[in-house]
Amino acid sequence: MAKMRGVTVIDTERCKGCRLCVVACPLNVLALAKSVNRKGYNYAETVLADTCTGCTSCAVVCPDGCITVYRKKEE
Amino acid sequence: MDIKEIMQPENLVYKKPELLNDTAMHYCPGCSHGVVHKLISEVIAEMGMENKTVGVSPVGCAVFAYKYIDIDWEEAAHGRAPALASAVKRLWPDRLVFTYQGDGDLACIGTAETIHALNRGENITIVFVNNAIYGMTGGQMAPTTLMGMKTATCPYGRDAKLHGYPLKVADIAASLEGTCYVTRQSVHTVGAINKAKRALRKAFEYSMQGKGSSLVEMVSTCNSGWKLSPEKANKWMEENMFPFYNLGDIKDTGANNQ
Repeated sequence: MAKMRGVTVIDTERCKGCRLCVVACPLNVLALAKSVNRKGYNYAETVLADTCTGCTSCAVVCPDGCITVYRKKEE
Repeated sequence: MDIKEIMQPENLVYKKPELLNDTAMHYCPGCSHGVVHKLISEVIAEMGMENKTVGVSPVGCAVFAYKYIDIDWEEAAHGRAPALASAVKRLWPDRLVFTYQGDGDLACIGTAETIHALNRGENITIVFVNNAIYGMTGGQMAPTTLMGMKTATCPYGRDAKLHGYPLKVADIAASLEGTCYVTRQSVHTVGAINKAKRALRKAFEYSMQGKGSSLVEMVSTCNSGWKLSPEKANKWMEENMFPFYNLGDIKDTGANNQ
């Protein structure tokens, strides 16, 4: 079966660090960063980029619409 | 595969809805309001009603909804959104008119307007965000607060002898002749969000087809008011809110009411 590869792009300045995306990701691709954004929130970041399948769970649950997802089938 | 190769416009599968603008939302981190805003933006765009929708924002946390979704908005006096929406829809029948209200606005100060607008069968949709607390004013008890739930104004928990019982607005709405669609949804998981989106779409379509009033209740969290983290608030909602506020369609007469 062809593997899907995904990329999550997070608007770290818009992110409020609620952690709902981290909880929603079935593959633990995301985590909260140690550093903070201009508002003082520990923003979400991609830590296991190679694992992401682009399922969009993180982006769907994000209350602030910070996450953009791309998905491509690996040839 | 290179990341740049994946990040091409043809591979885009999800982004912030275009109707939702870049203004930073004032909601607390993890607030359900953001997800409901996204769903409304997506459904309006999918229906192609971007230039033909009038939203009525309430008093409450969602008072600034007009700042975030790029459609036409009216701001109603506290609780009076269904009355204003009735007027807008009667004057402008080709517009999609909806109200966006919290439980303090809709179930407390605006109970009369809500029930009468629904009972008249106005062709509007009421989006009712129920988090069982007054969020904006600091977490006071609302009519929808659960039995035993602690808030700023009932610190020992809601007591029936002192405060009465929680109000199930959707069940009252379902008993009214004027409503065509009454449903209770939630936005805590991907599955629930997809279901809520379908419910919202159905309600908006019924409004445009002139089938009567619709009420879409979104059982939501208020993690700041509940004094929990967003993920714990979702869990608390599943354990405590859902047994009382059962999810699912309560009434759907739109399909056979031509």
